[in-house]
Amino acid sequence: MTALDFAAIAERAKPAEARTSDNGQPWLLVPATELVRLCILLRDDPALRFDALADLTGWDLLKYPATPPSSDIAVVYYLHSLTHRHHLTLKVLAPREACAVPSVSGVWPAAVYFEREVFDLLGVRFDGHPSLKRIMCPDDWLGHALRKDYVYPAAYNGIAHLREGQKFEAAPVRGAPA
Amino acid sequence: MSSDLAIETLGGERMRLNMGPHHPATHGVLRLIVDTDGEVVANCTPDHGYLHRAIEKIGECVEWPMFVPYTDRVDYVCAMNANLAYCLAVERLLCTDAATKVEVPLRAECIRVIVAELNRISSHLVAVGAMAMDLGAYTPFLHGIAQREGVNDIFEKLCGQRLTYNYITIGGVAFDLHKDAAAEIEAFLAQFEKEMRRFNQLITGNTIFRDRCAGVAVVSAAEAVAYGLVGPNLRGSGVDWDLRRDEPYGLYGKLGVRVPVGQAFAGTHGMIGDCYDRYIVRLLEINESVRLVREALKLLPPPAEKEADPVGGFQADVTKQLRKPPKGEIRVRTEAPRGEMGYVIVSDGTKIPYRVRCRTGSFTACGIFNKLMKGIFLGDVVTVIGSFDIVVPEIDR
Repeated sequence: MTALDFAAIAERAKPAEARTSDNGQPWLLVPATELVRLCILLRDDPALRFDALADLTGWDLLKYPATPPSSDIAVVYYLHSLTHRHHLTLKVLAPREACAVPSVSGVWPAAVYFEREVFDLLGVRFDGHPSLKRIMCPDDWLGHALRKDYVYPAAYNGIAHLREGQKFEAAPVRGAPA
Repeated sequence: MSSDLAIETLGGERMRLNMGPHHPATHGVLRLIVDTDGEVVANCTPDHGYLHRAIEKIGECVEWPMFVPYTDRVDYVCAMNANLAYCLAVERLLCTDAATKVEVPLRAECIRVIVAELNRISSHLVAVGAMAMDLGAYTPFLHGIAQREGVNDIFEKLCGQRLTYNYITIGGVAFDLHKDAAAEIEAFLAQFEKEMRRFNQLITGNTIFRDRCAGVAVVSAAEAVAYGLVGPNLRGSGVDWDLRRDEPYGLYGKLGVRVPVGQAFAGTHGMIGDCYDRYIVRLLEINESVRLVREALKLLPPPAEKEADPVGGFQADVTKQLRKPPKGEIRVRTEAPRGEMGYVIVSDGTKIPYRVRCRTGSFTACGIFNKLMKGIFLGDVVTVIGSFDIVVPEIDR
């Protein structure tokens, strides 16, 4: 039982590229085509043994003040090894249009639910998922609420969300970061 | 047994049964679509979303401290722990930059452990009481709820609320403990331990209850890990993992948390990872929480002099830092009563979070239902739901 540090894990997880977030958190950028192969390696390599998918989530980079700006959807995998007690963060950047990533539900069954949630709220398709459908919103809901360009619907199935003359409050203005 | 009575041999047909969304044994508005094959469950599909309140979307629309009350509503059975998870995440985010570093006072850290563990006690009481009630034993539930009232009374004196507290804030806690609080908590714990002995006599050793739980819905350790089970559900399968001990946050590193794991407590018919193990692990955790509250009370420093410290030493001022937090992302996970409550927070450097993600234990627990329910008796479905202690607002968020 030896916990490896990020550099040692990154070394074994080629061709993923090691990156750090703006506040110094390390993560690996994985090409979508390599994701499943890499995840199986991370799970089965005796020195790595990432046996748990601790969390799978994502966020829309559209309004994030990055250089260069991006309009991708980041799908983020938090892996954890209960055997060695180390962690790893993987990210796959999915293009906004034709937003699809291979499913890892065959690697960790926990991904079945997580991926349904990301599909529902961020509109990422997971190819190879056994039952990819919405989990929180109704099946006939339009749009994906956590996308930064999501427009609040005025009605659902003919039921208006607002009274006559009422308006949605303006969304909070994101000032440029200082 | 199920194979002898299968559809194929009898030539009958399956019946589709809707359990919920309004069903007392589904602990909220969870809907299970159960296909029954006589008395045996052939397939069970959970249907979620009836309690979806877009809490993660709200997180992107309100300022950092304004999100704390919403965390209460993520899991109202253990709102203190839910507060703690989010506040800890924001504090860790601030700590990634030296300019916005925040230091939580020791007194606040002690109070956090006290309230979080008291809330764990009351949450587990609901869990074990409701599980017994699902199996037809109503009295233990009332005993559990009566003790939970004691915890609620302590919290009411502390912050004026009995269910959703909004008590733990970013940088500390909202109010100091009043001067009699330590004695009151100690008095509560003393009578609570006595009362728990009675609770255990009533139900834990009850043969009917034990036999209905023993060997039902066994989750192996490897399955529990692969399906992302956390907290008591994971430990019930014999996996020795508790974030309070293994990735200590706050004061937990100093307290030496002892972690109970499942070990086929039900005796001859029991198996590691059955419903009875998950039940017993919760009971043992209650005992451990009682000890942790006492330890934290011992470590509690005296209140600061008002003149010396304007906020009384229970809260760090983070107003300035929260207007310009560091840009970036952080993931923090804490051990809530229903297991890992993890927050992923992305900040774009403004006073409003860019993304708030909350990972909860009940959500992944539901992911294993479909697999576990196949082939069990219809009457055991409520045992399984009860043993996983799911709280629906936590699933749907």
